[in-house]
Amino acid sequence: MAQAAAVAKPPAPPRRRRASATPRRLPYLLIAPAALLMLGFIAYPVISVFYYSLQNYNPTKPWRNGYAGFDNFVHAFTEDPQFWQTLTFSAKWVVVEVGLQLLFGLALALIVNQTFVGRGLGRALVFSPWAVSGVLTSAIWVLLYNSQTGITRYLADLGIGSYGTSWLSDTSTVFPAAVVADLWRGVPFFAILILADLQSVSKDLYEAAEVDGASRLKQFWHITLPHLKDAIVLSTLLRMVWEFNNVDLLYTLTGGGPAGETTTLPLYIANTSVDAHNFGYASALTTVAFAILLFCSIVYLRLSKFGGETK
Amino acid sequence: MITEIAPAPERVAAEPARPHHRRRAWDEVPRWQIYLPLSVYLLFTLIPFYWILLFALRPAGSTSLVPWPMTFDHFQKVWTERSFGTYFANSVYVGIATLLLTTVVALAGGYALARFDFRLKRGFMLALLCSQFVPGALLLVPLFQIFAELKMINSLGSVIIAETVFQLPLSMILISGFIRNVPYSLEEAAWVDGCGRLTAFRIVVLPLLRPGLIAVGSFAFVHAWNHFLFALMFLSDQGKQTIPVGLNTLMSADSVDLGALAAGGIVAAVPVVVVFAFIQKWLITGFSAGAVKG
Repeated sequence: MAQAAAVAKPPAPPRRRRASATPRRLPYLLIAPAALLMLGFIAYPVISVFYYSLQNYNPTKPWRNGYAGFDNFVHAFTEDPQFWQTLTFSAKWVVVEVGLQLLFGLALALIVNQTFVGRGLGRALVFSPWAVSGVLTSAIWVLLYNSQTGITRYLADLGIGSYGTSWLSDTSTVFPAAVVADLWRGVPFFAILILADLQSVSKDLYEAAEVDGASRLKQFWHITLPHLKDAIVLSTLLRMVWEFNNVDLLYTLTGGGPAGETTTLPLYIANTSVDAHNFGYASALTTVAFAILLFCSIVYLRLSKFGGETK
Repeated sequence: MITEIAPAPERVAAEPARPHHRRRAWDEVPRWQIYLPLSVYLLFTLIPFYWILLFALRPAGSTSLVPWPMTFDHFQKVWTERSFGTYFANSVYVGIATLLLTTVVALAGGYALARFDFRLKRGFMLALLCSQFVPGALLLVPLFQIFAELKMINSLGSVIIAETVFQLPLSMILISGFIRNVPYSLEEAAWVDGCGRLTAFRIVVLPLLRPGLIAVGSFAFVHAWNHFLFALMFLSDQGKQTIPVGLNTLMSADSVDLGALAAGGIVAAVPVVVVFAFIQKWLITGFSAGAVKG
């Protein structure tokens, strides 16, 4: 699609008709609804976040409201251990999740790309968790992890572990438990995208490689992987942003607990603004999160060579 | 590059049978190298699904690993006592309204992006791409304030607008790709035959867009159906809440009623499954049409 913008034809040619009598204004009319919605409900909120990040703003303590300069930011970076803790956890969460999802997704895509009996069904089943929502994923894994009738009970029946174990409320197991739950839903995303990209590898390359006697591993390393590079880079970046922002799963599965152990920065922001009503500070934290995301966006736009394709 | 974002699950399924010049049999991957890892992964995928079915169908307190004797008590309980009937209606309403609003607005914008060159086009495209990085979760407070200002808190309209806004950019990019795939000359021919731009669009372009629109619309529906945060924040009235919020309420109860939670989860999953089963054949054509441009 990158090159497609170049295909866009110029406005209606001279033999225009009554209905297309205003081609100059028409495109603006057409994008107006979308543009207005996005201005009102994305751009304006973003700007107001920037504004409030420089304010003390807490509806429950109105006497302190007012201009705060960079106090909120200074506070975040120097006096708020929770900010660093949640930021570190976010980084850890994103890197572990995206790394594992990519690894398993790639392996899965390579497997279901082979020709074998039952491939269609296999693909459909393997990809199925992809459409499951974060909250439903949580519900399913809460059922699996619950201490009374969850998977640990049946493992204990087999002599593995002990009865009454709750992986979600133990600080040493909550992280892997949450990671596995999110992997369950996230791996199909990579598998689907990589599988789609695998379809466009030229068969001739493999045949040539085979004639030259290259092993399957070599073929993967020198043909498949370079071909997938762009897709992998882009989907990884998109997924990182998505995993960073996504709060559905952790909010419902662990609630950020136990003891704040699984609180990501966005969850912390939500708590700061919703529970503590500290809108000013939450806005400053949001601005910091934006800065991080902006960095990712720039990398993303660079890599996707955005702007290079039109004309 | 947008195609990378496009969830294009089944496009591959549409590939024609790879014919003759396939690798020779002796060089094929050993079967066990396919079936063994695939089976292991399938277990990981399917056990959770089985688990929720098990809990939904077996009587409360049972520890049997097969849902027998089977009971539908949990469904009845969740539907009436836990008001999932109401939540379901609300979710359907939000989902369909989001679908319609997203598709119509994205269709208009997508047409402009596909068929015209205008001054703000590149800026607009850039804004669309950048908006992918603006998380709804971080904008909850300002969005809440806006909807409070508009007196829309506790009305499903707030959720519909919020879901639509965050669906729009990608939908518009996709739809403009679909429209570009329809040769402009078809439209021009219709003008020559005396059609106005709108009529030409309706008669010539719209029918060809059907697979793509179904794909985009169904994703808007599923997304709105699944999404949780906006409904949680903007709807405090219990009678206004949606299915994911209901599930969350079940989960955050002091003693979780696992049977009810499982039944509620299945109620949440059914429409998504139905939508995907129903639109599958459209998805194949829809997303492959959008993906051709690569």
